[in-house]
Amino acid sequence: MGLMASAQVALRALSSNKLRSALTMLGIIIGVGAVVTLMSAGNAVRGFITDQFQSIGSNLLFVAPGTFETQRGPGSAPSGKGLTNGDANALLDPFLAPDVAAVTLELTGSDVVDSGGEEAFLSISGVSPNYSELRNAGLSAGRFFNIGDQVAESRVAVIGPIVVDELFPENALPIDEQIRIGDVPFRVIGILESRGGSAFANEDNVVYIPLSTAQTRVFPSRGSRGDFHISVIYAQAVSEDRTSEAAEQIENVLRQRHEIMPGDDDDFTVISQAEILASAGDVLGVITIFLGAIAAISLLVGGIGIMNIMLVSVTERTREIGLRKAVGARRQDIRNQFLIESVVLAVVGGAIGVVLGLLGTLGIGLLASDLNPTLSLQAVALATGFSALVGLFFGIYPATRAAALNPIDALR
Amino acid sequence: MEAYSSVVASSNGPVIAVKDLTRTYLLGEVEVRALRGVSFEIEAGGLLAVMGPSGSGKSTLMNLLGCLDKPDSGSYLLESEEVGRLNDDQLARIRSRKLGFVFQTFNLLARTTALANCELPMLYAGVPNGERRERAERALELVGLADRMKHHPNELSGGQQQRVAIARALVNDPAIIFADEPTGNLDSKSGIEVIEILQGLNRNDGITVLLVTHDPFIARHTDRVLRLQDGRIVADEAIHHALIAGEAERPSNLDLEEEIA
Repeated sequence: MGLMASAQVALRALSSNKLRSALTMLGIIIGVGAVVTLMSAGNAVRGFITDQFQSIGSNLLFVAPGTFETQRGPGSAPSGKGLTNGDANALLDPFLAPDVAAVTLELTGSDVVDSGGEEAFLSISGVSPNYSELRNAGLSAGRFFNIGDQVAESRVAVIGPIVVDELFPENALPIDEQIRIGDVPFRVIGILESRGGSAFANEDNVVYIPLSTAQTRVFPSRGSRGDFHISVIYAQAVSEDRTSEAAEQIENVLRQRHEIMPGDDDDFTVISQAEILASAGDVLGVITIFLGAIAAISLLVGGIGIMNIMLVSVTERTREIGLRKAVGARRQDIRNQFLIESVVLAVVGGAIGVVLGLLGTLGIGLLASDLNPTLSLQAVALATGFSALVGLFFGIYPATRAAALNPIDALR
Repeated sequence: MEAYSSVVASSNGPVIAVKDLTRTYLLGEVEVRALRGVSFEIEAGGLLAVMGPSGSGKSTLMNLLGCLDKPDSGSYLLESEEVGRLNDDQLARIRSRKLGFVFQTFNLLARTTALANCELPMLYAGVPNGERRERAERALELVGLADRMKHHPNELSGGQQQRVAIARALVNDPAIIFADEPTGNLDSKSGIEVIEILQGLNRNDGITVLLVTHDPFIARHTDRVLRLQDGRIVADEAIHHALIAGEAERPSNLDLEEEIA
């Protein structure tokens, strides 16, 4: 008997017991559905994060004081000399750092902000006037700081949309309104567009003020040498493919300024977006593998379910096997029949699981509108192939048992 | 009844010739000598019954003749081919091509139509789809179930189920049909109907039929009775005026010995 005939017999046997077939498939259905959904979701999150970084601004480098080893956590005083306005200005030297196109400076802190009626504890960022261009921060109303504000240490503020909601619940456009940061009064001159939560912080919930004002009036930060400290320097490379050269130049300039001896470690950290993206990708990859492993375990359990049912089925159908042998079935005919039954169960289950995974993917798209999940073809291929293997592997033992039955005993 | 078998058994030599067949098996620690040297021949076109008390070796003999088991010693020629030493797959092939089985408990596949049940042996013999269906339909017509082809076994009476089983035994045009207590699970009327079909196949189509029975009345519908006891043939008797199924009334207190004599 050929494989086609075996397949016919197997399909007939499965369709004659539909409920049991469906229940047997359930494990595989859920397993494959989970694999497909999770992997699609993983890809969607990866795409989302990539987009986020694109929105921060490409070819951007972050320079932060201290190193990841020495930093004791966000907000704690960094070891080493820290970063100063002078450090940032030095990066603009066209001879020392030719691949750095622009820098913008930021000093962060937090304080109580009062709008007269409402009060909130908020993040405050003192930034250079070119911050909005480098960080791709658009305004929905008003204007950003200019050089004049910077020089004059003006008490003006640009606030995020969430800050508007918190401080001015009744005024959607609080331009020219007064707010107090600590004791210092500020005038609102602009409102930022909503950017949504990013990977690290929600920039919609920040009050931006000119860096000079922050350094003199809000968070006085004059260093030992009379220079002002800053929290982070954003440096823009001349182009995306020059970012690693720019990073190297920044490192050299800062090592020189900080008088770090050759062989000693940096007291600052330069991170390129590509690095952040890569490490975020690593984390995501690990999470995806982890979720995939959980899903694979459920596939395995599904496979054991198939084996269990197939063994029961062999016992239950002993007479049938005996009869088939009596009318001429060879060992391999019986083995093929049961193998095909279990593979068909697994593959059909896998196919239904893929459909389930597709629905799950669509569901995630509906629930999380930020994500744009697409069905991972790789996951579909992997899950279906794996489920076929599971069916084959867990079918071998029951099928061999069925094939080995002695027709005389089986017919008794 | 129209002629079914195209090749009316006319080959030279007997269909079955066994010589000194022995079979011993272990039942736990106990050695059971089920067959202790059995020899006989069955001519083509024969209709015979094997009788004997339980434990006489009937089942063992049937298993050997049916190529479901192998003898320890002795020779078994099926249509002049020695089959006593074949391996499992070769035996499966012999069963598929040359033998038909009818069981006491019918052994039809549940949830499967009469037609599909009849197609089963042909599936394993590699008969192509269309021909399979045609031959199964013809066999079912032959046993009078033309109007029951799409029925499942649980929609058929016992007698009808056994007729499906006979049709199934017929489809591969076997050299011999083995019927193991074919009437054992049937009421006497259905039982006689089944015997009538088997008798008809033998008389009209020349198909060789061997049936195992406990029932002396059934045995009297055959031409020859082999009696088995303690693993040996103790009597091999010809019946000169076999009863015609459906015509003879079952005697209330039958004495087979008297009839044969």
